[in-house]
Amino acid sequence: MKWPFIKLIPKNTKFRFVRFSIPAAIVSVVLCIASLVSCFTLGLNFGIDFKGGTVVEAVWDKPINLAQVRERVGNMNLRDVGVQDFQEPNQAMIRFLPPEGADASATVDAVKAELRAIMPGVKFPRVEVVGPKVSEELGTNGALALGIAIILVVLYIWTRFELQMGFGSIVALAHDIILTLGFMSITQLDFSLTTIAALLTIIGYSMNDTVVVFDRMRENMRKYKKMSLGDIIDLSTNETLSRTIITALTTFLALLGLTVVGGETMQVFTVIMLFGVFIGTYSSIYVAAPVLILWPPKRGAEKAAARTEADARP
Amino acid sequence: MLHVARWRVLAVIIVSLLGLIFALPNALPQSVRDSMPSFLPSKTVNLGLDLQGGSYLMFEVESQVVYKARLEAVADDLSRELRGQKRPGELGASKTPILFAGRGLTPDGQVARVTIQNPADIPEAIKRIETLASPVIGLTGPTGRTDLDVKAAPGNVVEIRLTDEAKVAMTRRAVSQSIEVIRRRIDETGTKEPAITRQGVDRIVVQAPGESDPEKLKRLVGQTARLTFQMVDETVSPSEAAAGRIPPGSILLEQPGRSEEPMVLVRRRALVTGDNLTKADPGFDQQSGEPAVTFQFDGAGARAFARASTDNVGKRFAIVLDDKVLSAPSIREPILGGSGQISGSFTIESANELATLLRAGALPAPLKVMEQRTVGPELGRDSINAGATAGIIAMLLIVVFMILAYGLVFGGIAILALTVNLILILAAMTMVGATLTLPGIAGLILTIGAAVDANVLIYERMREEELAGRSTALAIDAGFKRAIVTVMDANVTALLTALILFYFGAGPVRGFAWTLSIGVITSLFTAILMTQVLVAAWYRQTKPKRLPI
Repeated sequence: MKWPFIKLIPKNTKFRFVRFSIPAAIVSVVLCIASLVSCFTLGLNFGIDFKGGTVVEAVWDKPINLAQVRERVGNMNLRDVGVQDFQEPNQAMIRFLPPEGADASATVDAVKAELRAIMPGVKFPRVEVVGPKVSEELGTNGALALGIAIILVVLYIWTRFELQMGFGSIVALAHDIILTLGFMSITQLDFSLTTIAALLTIIGYSMNDTVVVFDRMRENMRKYKKMSLGDIIDLSTNETLSRTIITALTTFLALLGLTVVGGETMQVFTVIMLFGVFIGTYSSIYVAAPVLILWPPKRGAEKAAARTEADARP
Repeated sequence: MLHVARWRVLAVIIVSLLGLIFALPNALPQSVRDSMPSFLPSKTVNLGLDLQGGSYLMFEVESQVVYKARLEAVADDLSRELRGQKRPGELGASKTPILFAGRGLTPDGQVARVTIQNPADIPEAIKRIETLASPVIGLTGPTGRTDLDVKAAPGNVVEIRLTDEAKVAMTRRAVSQSIEVIRRRIDETGTKEPAITRQGVDRIVVQAPGESDPEKLKRLVGQTARLTFQMVDETVSPSEAAAGRIPPGSILLEQPGRSEEPMVLVRRRALVTGDNLTKADPGFDQQSGEPAVTFQFDGAGARAFARASTDNVGKRFAIVLDDKVLSAPSIREPILGGSGQISGSFTIESANELATLLRAGALPAPLKVMEQRTVGPELGRDSINAGATAGIIAMLLIVVFMILAYGLVFGGIAILALTVNLILILAAMTMVGATLTLPGIAGLILTIGAAVDANVLIYERMREEELAGRSTALAIDAGFKRAIVTVMDANVTALLTALILFYFGAGPVRGFAWTLSIGVITSLFTAILMTQVLVAAWYRQTKPKRLPI
């Protein structure tokens, strides 16, 4: 009987993951450097949440003449004006920065009045104005949130596992975040508050994956005291492999559902999450674990063993 | 073996039922909810502004203006102290005068300075100025500190600053007063209840759900509405004033909408202010028939205005709103009744708005819009529909996948646990009054994907235990015990990141954190407790020789 198809996945896979860790490490390092280079040269496409400014979405009952809008709004003495079509020809998205020192909120009202003058009955389903002070704070808070999340997660792993594993997980996290930022920089996706949420979710997901592998390693290190660390890593990764694949698949399926949700921010969220699930899965196998070969955790630490024993009993 | 404590079974049943009861109102139409007996919960989950449409406005109270006003008052009063004059009602002999010059505020308005002619007088001058200070009242009562910091500076100058405690207290008071005023203004218009909340030290957030006109809301909330009656300064001609010859004590103000007299020179001192109004109503000018605002002064205001108008018959006075002249009529006869009319270039709507603002009173300091986010109700509805479609697609995909992967029994159990999980999340969010936002829906859908992870971990472990040669029952038992440690460790990290997001996130992102963190907790319950109860029940029913996975 081949159904349920979980039986199709061979239970005792013996992939030699560790053997490929050196080429994988080279690939990871190269990708990280490329990401950093891209972040510093191309830069990230910060949205108004972090840059400040105004976005107005306009919907009219007729197709919108973008050139006319561009001309009229362009003559209003605003900075960085951008006019794009948006989903449909009767929709447009207008972005700008108010003149230096002007009240952003009053400026957007003036722009709306101007648009009403050329398109009577135009509607504005979305208007967002973020002042420079607020965007600065949102930026600081976002960076702070990412920093604190990384520190807390690593502290947790350190206390539950070993210092070396905490180190392995921080390298994996840094790897995931750098690659995701690099991805955002190359694709020039809009970097908004929702992106921070996506990054934090990727941290959570990647750690979840790493913890499952580490958890199995801890157990196997106790079980097979003589086995080499490389073999332990291979064994643990293989044992948790079907779970890793299935969870990645279910998360992927859920995200697939999300792709139907419209709106630029949600689309960006979904794309980043899809990327993050892939990277997070990869980094648990090829970043977090191989780091332990460079800096091996103490084997047979009696305290850790006793603690795990106690945890296993409900 | 495979014994599940009775309390676990009970807990699973009770929690699931409660979840269902609390989540149910969300699925019922309004009419059904209204007709339900009152002992049943009828609360539905709060929808964020991005889902129901509405406006979010964040204002900052410009407390600098309040500080400046206080220092201006001090700068005015200190001349009396330095001259040694007695305060009204003060007893005892007058003090010796101290000669001074160059009294005024620095351009940023945050320091008052006065130059003392004779350096020997400086200590005495500081002592006299310090008598102008008033105690700072903190949150819990007097702080024992005063609001002025008086210090000697180089060049025979005495500098007066506000102490930090005073600034904090003044800002807090200005924010509280502003919230009061805003609430009164909004109540006056009778619009759908917007939420007004203080944020941080000096910020106020106004959230108005549903169909709303953010421009009108901004005018209503953000306008200072400081009304003053000031004499027009006619000692210099308008052209001279425009050329910059402005007499001390006067100021040139704009008069919008009057091309024949775009600027008016007025005396700085106000005869009467809007604080003295008892009534303000929209009406019509009896001669021109144009919209106007009629008002009534209180006793003190009426007396002050009667005196001023009697002394100045034939001259002009200006009605000034937030440093803009509304109109500058001539006083034809003394105005004794204490009532009057403001006519300017009003429409019926703007006369109505002004009357509302005057009735509710002026803001203690101007408000500045820091952030504005408006979503139309249709867009919100579209988002809800898209979110629901996304959820259904995700759920269907995962149902099919889990049944293909783990068969009808174990796949079915995982799906049941997942369904109960979703119901519990909705129930918990409804109960605690959490807000569901568009990113929140994303969080919910992501939870669908992640919550089955616990089931997967448990099932995989069972499979392994069985392959290692254990009997079915032992494999199930061991699978649970071992997997729970992993599930816990894995979920704590997810919870940590969700909580951080909750703490730092704003608005919609916070909604994401809500669903994610509630989802982690409920998924622990459904995956561990519920799955265990169901698997045990299945085992007792069928006594299988092998696990069907």
